[in-house]
Amino acid sequence: MATVTLKNLKKSFGPTDVIHGIDMDIADGEFVVIVGPSGCGKSTLLRMVAGLETVTSGEVQIDGRVVNNEEPMDRDIAMVFQNYALYPHMSVFDNMAYGLKIAKVPKPEIADRVATAAKLLQLEPYLQRKPRELSGGQRQRVAMGRAIVRKPAVFLFDEPLSNLDAKLRVQMRLEIKQLQRELGVTSLYVTHDQVEAMTLADRMIVMNAGVADQIGAPLDVYANPATEFVAGFIGSPPTNFIDAALIGGGGGGGGRIGIRPEHVRLTDQGQLEAVVGYAEALGAETLIHLRAKDGGQITVRQDAGQPIPHEGQTCALDWDTAQVMRFDANGMRQ
Amino acid sequence: MEKRVTFKGIWLPLLLVLPQILITAVFFFYPAGQAIYQSLFIPDPFGLSMQWVGLGNFEYLLSDRYYRASFLTTAIFSILVTVVSMGVALYLAVLADRLIKGSGTYRTLLIWPYAVAPAVAGVLWLFMFNTRVGVVTWYLGLLGYDWNHVLNEGEAMGLVVVASAWGRISYNFLFFLAGLQAIPKSVIEAAAIDGARFWTRFRTIVWPLLSPTTFFLLVVNIIYAFFETFGVIHTITSGGPQQATTILVYKVYSDGFVGQDLGSSAAQSVILLAIVSVLTVVQFKYIERRVHY
Amino acid sequence: MSERNGMVEKRGGGLWLTHLGLIIGVAFIFFPIWLAFVASTVDQQEIVRPPMPLLPGDQLIENYTKALTSGVNAPVAAMLLNSLIMAMGIAIGKIAISLLSAFAIVYFRFPGRKLFFWLIFLTLMLPVEVRIVPTFEVIANFGMLNSYSGLILPLIASATATFLFRQFFMTVPDELAEAARVDGAKPMRFFIDILLPMSRTNIAALFVILFIYGWNQYLWPLLITTDPSMNTIVMGIKQMFPSGDDIADWPVIMATSILAMVPPVIVVVGMQKLFIRGLVESEK
Repeated sequence: MATVTLKNLKKSFGPTDVIHGIDMDIADGEFVVIVGPSGCGKSTLLRMVAGLETVTSGEVQIDGRVVNNEEPMDRDIAMVFQNYALYPHMSVFDNMAYGLKIAKVPKPEIADRVATAAKLLQLEPYLQRKPRELSGGQRQRVAMGRAIVRKPAVFLFDEPLSNLDAKLRVQMRLEIKQLQRELGVTSLYVTHDQVEAMTLADRMIVMNAGVADQIGAPLDVYANPATEFVAGFIGSPPTNFIDAALIGGGGGGGGRIGIRPEHVRLTDQGQLEAVVGYAEALGAETLIHLRAKDGGQITVRQDAGQPIPHEGQTCALDWDTAQVMRFDANGMRQ
Repeated sequence: MEKRVTFKGIWLPLLLVLPQILITAVFFFYPAGQAIYQSLFIPDPFGLSMQWVGLGNFEYLLSDRYYRASFLTTAIFSILVTVVSMGVALYLAVLADRLIKGSGTYRTLLIWPYAVAPAVAGVLWLFMFNTRVGVVTWYLGLLGYDWNHVLNEGEAMGLVVVASAWGRISYNFLFFLAGLQAIPKSVIEAAAIDGARFWTRFRTIVWPLLSPTTFFLLVVNIIYAFFETFGVIHTITSGGPQQATTILVYKVYSDGFVGQDLGSSAAQSVILLAIVSVLTVVQFKYIERRVHY
Repeated sequence: MSERNGMVEKRGGGLWLTHLGLIIGVAFIFFPIWLAFVASTVDQQEIVRPPMPLLPGDQLIENYTKALTSGVNAPVAAMLLNSLIMAMGIAIGKIAISLLSAFAIVYFRFPGRKLFFWLIFLTLMLPVEVRIVPTFEVIANFGMLNSYSGLILPLIASATATFLFRQFFMTVPDELAEAARVDGAKPMRFFIDILLPMSRTNIAALFVILFIYGWNQYLWPLLITTDPSMNTIVMGIKQMFPSGDDIADWPVIMATSILAMVPPVIVVVGMQKLFIRGLVESEK
């Protein structure tokens, strides 16, 4: 088991800076999720920890040891890839055993470790099959198994669930979480899916254009986003943003306020008027999409029991001031 | 296109490319350079020294009646070989494509000649048309036709063309069949519903859609006719009669090895080299495919 | 892929006409081969008094035995062996050096990489026939006339195979190499354990093409094997024809021609799928 420390970690490809300096301490056994839209640098960050990408400046430490110049295999890590990267010509057993064979682990021990992992992942009936004879979920498990048998200090996951269908994704998400709890291995997990991040993470790093906008526990991040970007990215449907000028007395300076859909109410008399576009009744709740006078989109989430306004109807919107998040012109929380 | 992943190291990759680089340098670049170098000299009559003549060898060649004749011969020969072998192959491929069952069997039978070396193909056709014992010659004689490719220039050309084209049918057939089978069935059916009969469909739909394959084969077959038919010519006619079947490659061989005229032979090599380069560039430019064999 | 239907119209005699057309084509293709086979089974007398028969005779064993054991200048059995060594040498040699250099060019960044790439690329263009005289001189200077290495090495100096493997390696997902690195595989280990097994079908397909390319060489062996015991079978046939007015020993020559065809035909027909794949891919 190990800690991971990133110190002012930077990465450039030629003249282009993709990671602008990240600092982070990951505790032993902690599950940290790096989340952000595509192109934000989250995969690059993970690959620097893995040793698949060189570090431009700063430090990667694993268990207090600087590993910047070490090969991936010397870092005591294991990685699960987005497309699993199973060796197509090897059986499931050989796929899992390959790293151990290279490390010259004695044969009986290899068999033992693979058997344990296979049991844990319910892969025992498939050990002699080739990857192409497995379903997507099974391949995913083999990729996990390959990581587990090596008993690494750190697990690295690079969008491991994005090739699965929605139902399987939810199921595998749970399995990964349980597995990580059971094994207690420090894990770093990259995803673009904020739901995955919320459900899996002990702490998450929300990345935006090469910068860690916020690092914190999922619920803290949700309740208390540090930037306009984080407020918009975390939560579904996303936070509503309204020009501060539009509701009057917004502090001035061109800032905006953010208010989550579940905190907005439709009333007769409120702080803002908007026209109902359309309503999505989802059963337990209803999402009402409105258009404000300045053209901005606003979404209201209300419980199923409440009345649904007609399309084209003009409504007033109201909210508690305590729920309002204020952002300055640069998108920083005020 | 580049790989994202690379391994570290400088000596290992250099070691890995070394065998190919060595062999290519010694057996390709050095001889090719020598050909260009020698094309600028003529050896003295005793072969003791080389005299610089600049482009003299080329000027001499281009004014040489036999060399110009060989150019013309090569042009006629390669056009005929290309047209005959592609024509027959296309005909067979269209028929095989029409079959629901059994096209695999015909394909198996039709790929045999690919395995037959041009020189062996030459011997087979020489045997059939041999002036003394040839079966075809004998039956032609019954019909009152006196076949003699040893003396008749046209007949000699005809024989080497057919023998060369014969060996190439398999190759063209395979590519045409693959090209035809890649045309979506629905396009043909739509044309049929529009009222187009087989021949109209072929002319207006199939042939245009097949044109990349056709163009590719055109270039490849010309290169084949230029170089790989040496075996056919050498076994059947040895370039005769009266140099009527002396194509350029044959002339490089006969001037260089039989006539020992190194300067001229080297200059001819350089000209051939230029022709192949042009053909290859044309091919790259227009169809982005690669030729060899 | 959906089941392909042949004709759009499925009426009447069209099918028979199609078969007839194909059968005529097959007959045209096979007639010369058939005739050669017949000639290899009769005796000289039946051939020199035309027309020769069109059905096999009873001299098959005699003619082939004579060809294999004594031939005209040299026993054909020896020529077959020479051809086999040359074809295998070219196929294996070219595949081996191409695999190594393609691996280096795709998976490493080293000084001169671009240069090597273009140098190799240039060789795509020029068949051995074009540089035949100077190549002959090189071989002569190395004392490699009448040797297997002289037969094989100059024909290996071409980059088609390198390109084929390069293209294939480019399609191998990056993650496989990364996974191998995380698993602790060094470059050569990755090459042997992962890349080679994944290239199996490509290697086999290329082998078929190169074997036939090597087996069917004519001009090159003609130039550098002056000793009849080093002749390959394809060029040896021509050497069997007498100079001057003597009548050729046709049954033995035709038996030799058939023998020269058998190995490549077996390879092409037996490995048809791989052969077609190799052919189409190496030209793409």
